[in-house]
Amino acid sequence: MEWLIGGIESLGVILVVLTLSAMLLWVERKGSALVQNRVGANRAGVFRIAAPFNLGFMNTLMADPLKLFTKEDFIPAGADRLGHALAPCVALFPAVVTFAAIPFGDTIEVGGRIINLQAINLDVGFLYITALVSLGVYGIVLAGWASNNRWALLGSIRGSAQMISYELAMGISLVSMILLYGTLDMQEMVRWQGGLLFGVLPAWGVFYQPVAFLIVLTAGIAETKRVPFDLPECESELIAGYYTEYSGGKQACFMLSDFAEIVMVSGLVTTLFFGGWQVPYLDSKAGLGLPGMTPMALPAALITALQVGAFVVKVLFFCCFQILVRWTLPRFRYDQLMNLGWKKMMPIALLNMAATALIILLVEQGR
Amino acid sequence: MSDDKDRGSAQLRKAQATAADPLSEIMELQMGPSHPACHGTIKFNLRLDGENIIACDTEVGYLHRGFEKMCEQGTWTQAIPYTDRLNYASPLINNFIFCEAVERLCGITVPERASYLRVLLSECARISDHLTCLGMGATELGAFTVGFYMNEARELLYNMSSRVTGARVTVSYGRVGGLVRDVPDDFEDMIRAALKRTNEVLRDSEKLLERNRIFTDRMVGIGTMSQEQALSFGLTGPLLRATGIPYDLRKVAPYMVYDRMDFEVPVGTKGDNFDRFSVRFEETKQSIRIVEQCLAQLPGGPVIADDPTYVLPPKKDVYTTIEGLMNHFKIIIEGIRVPAGEIYFAGEAANGELGFYLVSDGSGRPYRVRVRPPCFYGMSALETMVKGFMIPDLAAIFGMINMIGGECDR
Repeated sequence: MEWLIGGIESLGVILVVLTLSAMLLWVERKGSALVQNRVGANRAGVFRIAAPFNLGFMNTLMADPLKLFTKEDFIPAGADRLGHALAPCVALFPAVVTFAAIPFGDTIEVGGRIINLQAINLDVGFLYITALVSLGVYGIVLAGWASNNRWALLGSIRGSAQMISYELAMGISLVSMILLYGTLDMQEMVRWQGGLLFGVLPAWGVFYQPVAFLIVLTAGIAETKRVPFDLPECESELIAGYYTEYSGGKQACFMLSDFAEIVMVSGLVTTLFFGGWQVPYLDSKAGLGLPGMTPMALPAALITALQVGAFVVKVLFFCCFQILVRWTLPRFRYDQLMNLGWKKMMPIALLNMAATALIILLVEQGR
Repeated sequence: MSDDKDRGSAQLRKAQATAADPLSEIMELQMGPSHPACHGTIKFNLRLDGENIIACDTEVGYLHRGFEKMCEQGTWTQAIPYTDRLNYASPLINNFIFCEAVERLCGITVPERASYLRVLLSECARISDHLTCLGMGATELGAFTVGFYMNEARELLYNMSSRVTGARVTVSYGRVGGLVRDVPDDFEDMIRAALKRTNEVLRDSEKLLERNRIFTDRMVGIGTMSQEQALSFGLTGPLLRATGIPYDLRKVAPYMVYDRMDFEVPVGTKGDNFDRFSVRFEETKQSIRIVEQCLAQLPGGPVIADDPTYVLPPKKDVYTTIEGLMNHFKIIIEGIRVPAGEIYFAGEAANGELGFYLVSDGSGRPYRVRVRPPCFYGMSALETMVKGFMIPDLAAIFGMINMIGGECDR
């Protein structure tokens, strides 16, 4: 029974992440149009119903993948055929499965059975996530190398250097979060953020660790390889970077993995800094209670729905935020990006970690 | 930045000295003409050390259509549509400068209203050209939104152009002696609406870019040129003014009615990419000032000279009088007989000095039409600008040169 529930949850998470990623493509196309005073994608409505109801997102859910997958799958002469075919899968896989360790709700009780709303409940979920995030770089390196194209090679070199540098700053910031929460279990981290800070603010990680939040968010955007960090694929310099020689379904995989990474980074930031599935002033056991009021009991199903809903809203917020950033800022130059990563973000992350450790030590001793 | 010009060769030497190290191998890369930053009209043969450019051999000519030779095949008037296709971001300016050159050879005076309209429309074309250059330049740095904002304002100017001339790009609005027809009644409203939007766009773009750290890091100190270098390459226009030399033909050798306009010539200080961007940005604002002055001062009267030797008779005369019909026939079939002689006339186009060297043998057809395209000289200076910088800078520098294939390759 356990494996069945786990299987259903995993499948659900993968489907949700993939669907969300495909829908983000539509959000991106329409959102950028909104930012730029354009009309945006409006061709593939369903049954040609009037504008607000034409289910525009079906456009990208159906039409865009359909278009991409029916295109010729071109493999350039001299390419490493195996590597060329393997690279999109290697890129997509970690982006999709990382989300499994992110809890999207509290444990619920159905028919006397405790179900954890988290596809895989690992006590080292945190390590699992950081390990898989690092795997993403292999897809890029492989794509650039297997393509037998100098632009692709330049793109993959840039990509690997960028992702490795930013993972360092990100990892160090994440260590300070581990110090704060005292656990590697993602579900425990979210529970930790359930209380109140100063009796008013929700005890979310961002209020304890604003610096770590900024670094993780920045590094996260760098991880998704989008403007201002889209150097591995930037159009005006490297044509399409590491996926220059990709077309059809394989290219769709790269695009999908980019969007899946957006969802993943949003999930990570939400879980670590914005209380995950926690709704402010709502406790899983006691119910809704504003500061200074006696908690009001709510049905368990409603609480679970609110919590899952809150998680989804927070994730969507960060997805939209990343899309807005992408359409607002110009991109860095490669060496400026490295300077920012190594000379600014790394030391700040290290200082932040040291300060966190010191404060926690002092607090522990004071007890 | 005195060591700028030696930086490339120093890297080359360093790379050769450690040739045993495979990582120091120089990569040869052909960028373009199908590269997205090359617009299909140019190719860079790069020698790279990592991503640093140690040599850049620029190949122009992908859009060569034989403009100069084509002009010799038709009458003087038939050359006017060809000039539209020189700088297709500001076709009106090319039109008017060519007409002005032929008029000087003929010794015709253009009616005042036509001169004012030429200045007015030239400045509108300059605004749309600068908006194109700035917008595309920002887009090449990844700031897509600024590009789309600027396109929106440019679109209003193109609509205006379409209303006035009947075409967005292939305008052919100038004629030897004036303009082909007067402007429509709603002309002023269209221009005012377009300028209002342009002002808003400039304000928004300034907010998005001017103090944006990423943008300034990408532009300041990139592609620097000294005044001496700029002069020795024959640079003009924004590229030259970015180095601090206030050379603007509208001020230095005023033509049309530029001497009656009150405007400033913005200059840069360092001659880097950011100065080129700022100079174009400020020039757009100055052009708006000129357009407003033109609208305020615009006199009435005819828009084409009353000179039957060079100007087609009105259609009414062609259909009702034998003299008109004969005159029309002679001008159309034989072309206007420009007196034998030669002239070099240059005006300030959006990219710099656009000059026409015309030779007439007294027949109805040009003996020689030679163009001095401003961005051709910019392209020759490109290697000096990019040497020692990186591929991303090449895209930025190339964007700020504003190479227009039609003009550069002719």
